[in-house]
Amino acid sequence: MRFFGRGHGACPGCGLAIAVRNILEALEGKCFVVNPTGCLEIISSQYGRNAWGVPYIHPLFDNAAAVACGISEALKVLGREDEGEVVVLAGDGATADIGLTLHGMFDRNHDVIYICLDNEAYQNTGHQQSALTPLGEATTTTPAGKLMLGKIGRKKDMVAIALAHGSPYVATSSAVLPADIRRKVKKAAKIEGAKYIQIHCPCVTGWGIDGKDVVKVGNLAIETALYPIVEFENGKLLTVRKVKERKPVEEYLKIQRRFRHLFTSPEGRKVIEEIQKIADENALRYGIDLKK
Amino acid sequence: MKIRLNIGAISEPLQSEQFKTGDWGTEWSFVDREKCTACRVCEQFCPDGCIEVKEIEGKEVAVVDHNYCKGCGVCASVCRYGAIKMELKELFKVDVC
Amino acid sequence: MRKVVRGFYSVAYAVKLCKPNIICAYPITPQTEIVENLALMYANGELENCKYITAESEFAAASILVGASAAGARTFTATCSQGLILMSEVLFNAAGMRLPIVIVNTNRALSAPLSIWNDLQDSMALRDAGIIQVYVENNQEAHDMVPQAYKIAEDKRVRLPFMICMDGYKLTHAYEPVDLLDQNVVDSFLPPYSPEVYLTTKKPVAFGCYAPPHIYMEFRVAMQRAMERAKEIMEKVFADWAEVSGRNWGGHLEVVYPDSKNFVIAMGSIVGLLRKVVEELRNEGISVGLVKLRTFRPFPVQELRKSLENAEKIIVIDRSVSFGYEGNLSIELKSALYGMSPEVISFILGLGGRDVPKDFLKELVKNAILGKEKSGFKGFKEFEEVIP
Repeated sequence: MRFFGRGHGACPGCGLAIAVRNILEALEGKCFVVNPTGCLEIISSQYGRNAWGVPYIHPLFDNAAAVACGISEALKVLGREDEGEVVVLAGDGATADIGLTLHGMFDRNHDVIYICLDNEAYQNTGHQQSALTPLGEATTTTPAGKLMLGKIGRKKDMVAIALAHGSPYVATSSAVLPADIRRKVKKAAKIEGAKYIQIHCPCVTGWGIDGKDVVKVGNLAIETALYPIVEFENGKLLTVRKVKERKPVEEYLKIQRRFRHLFTSPEGRKVIEEIQKIADENALRYGIDLKK
Repeated sequence: MKIRLNIGAISEPLQSEQFKTGDWGTEWSFVDREKCTACRVCEQFCPDGCIEVKEIEGKEVAVVDHNYCKGCGVCASVCRYGAIKMELKELFKVDVC
Repeated sequence: MRKVVRGFYSVAYAVKLCKPNIICAYPITPQTEIVENLALMYANGELENCKYITAESEFAAASILVGASAAGARTFTATCSQGLILMSEVLFNAAGMRLPIVIVNTNRALSAPLSIWNDLQDSMALRDAGIIQVYVENNQEAHDMVPQAYKIAEDKRVRLPFMICMDGYKLTHAYEPVDLLDQNVVDSFLPPYSPEVYLTTKKPVAFGCYAPPHIYMEFRVAMQRAMERAKEIMEKVFADWAEVSGRNWGGHLEVVYPDSKNFVIAMGSIVGLLRKVVEELRNEGISVGLVKLRTFRPFPVQELRKSLENAEKIIVIDRSVSFGYEGNLSIELKSALYGMSPEVISFILGLGGRDVPKDFLKELVKNAILGKEKSGFKGFKEFEEVIP
């Protein structure tokens, strides 16, 4: 049984399509998908070309969490909870920028798995910056120019925000770790309440990488500690994906078009140093470096 | 002739399968059945769900459905056995003068 | 059971009788007591198979109902003013997805300046959303309209959101005798909600699909046709209701003194005042009738044309304005009467709760009929606007 049909419109090598397939298979299709406007919606839900093999709703850009709460509560009242999990599959912009209703979902602790498919910008509309765009990335709204060298400021820390709300399960993963995605989604499904999982999803077009390098780039984000893979249950750090020999961030940055400009000026070099600092802080914060 | 129009633009499931995406790319992936161990890693990674492990001539191997393969090369990049190769489609094998 | 109750209670009680599955709202004056009463009923276990959710905003409240309605639940919310405007993105969306959400809007002015008092500017702003809009005159009508709203909205030939508009404070907080319905009356009139299509893993359909130019327009045409069908279905439901409840509120319009030369037309609670005005003017020998417009969307064009075919002069009482043009009801009415030639005089008054005393209203109507009063804003202090 397929839960995410072939023939969808994702770019060749799309990271979030890998993630979505693994999420749905982990839940064996027993789920209700709420998908705000974004890449995933555009590639999968054209009228008459629906790719979904599970019940699906695309409401608006900014209200997926609340819509999911409504489905979750309706299923309870109607005695249909056993039909499956309510899962939000939202982009990073729909989550960290315009997704106004996420905090209400956490606050009331509705039984929803909220999954942020983080490809680090508004990719579907041609690569504009979101709150989850990393420092230094050139997007069309934070272009690299004389005065500005891409995105100013760090990624919004959605994991900390979810934890601050007391979410019973908060985790990160990556599209290049299908087994990790499956394990975490299955685990989240067993926990009652508003869960948050953020999945790093390489984007071939926005990041300027080749399909063949999707997995390499995704892995480098982990191996440089720029994208810590962590898991919290009831606020307690449960697992961290350790790295044997942490790689310098340049290795990750240099193979992506979105960071290319950082390598051509002394100011860009400074930004790379800043990015390295973020990776070092992540490594320290979560104990990513495997002790020798 | 009247068309059928679903109320509120509700769509039936899995309609996308009618739309073949196999002609998108310049390459297709091919599996070397000798090297393939049917480990299913490529199956999990394919963004388009078009590699499946099937039994062929008594052996389990990964099979690529070229009706849908967009030629991204993700499968080839994750195969630990070097069993998947990307090949240029015949159409694009042209001499450039 | 006849009781003296306030407007908000008459609505809350009727909602309870309709057995919604999900009630979700965010408090806003003067809607608050509707949802407070429902919350209390919920807390006391008086609402069967129902969950009451306090959302973090009206935007979220409407969104929660979109999810619940798509999953097959009967839903209710109440709001007004800024709350309705904050909901508007979601309500346009719900209409397009053809979700029969029922909303009570306790009409209130819009900011700025902030005002918690009554006019109709809020619901007028939602005119084009694809939501059925009915305006009620008193609390009994508000009470009676709730089961009718569900019946119409959930009809598979309609499937559109339904908004009952009742004047904030003037109705919501007014004590009036109301015949509270019996559960068995509502049960016999309103069947349980069982949509043909909803979100379920048993038959996994996709809601909210996007439509490229080759197919988008058809869905908008479908909404228009649903509105047109609603117009007929509503008349049937109104008639059925008269039979079931013994109270006949009329059809899309109620026309008082249909053979008059002159007419006043209005919506909402001000109609009550106009009934008195019309009586007094007729006692003075003036031929004036009254048109109470109940249904604003779908707009009852043919009914209005027929009722007003012999009218020489029509006075429109507007409590909202389309800035840069004129009163909203006046615009609609003139368009509906295109090709006919009555004189239309439109008064915009009562904005932001500005008091409209009966004698003031009577003088306006009388002078308009006598040709001594022109269209425009009435009942405000003349001023010179300065920059401080």
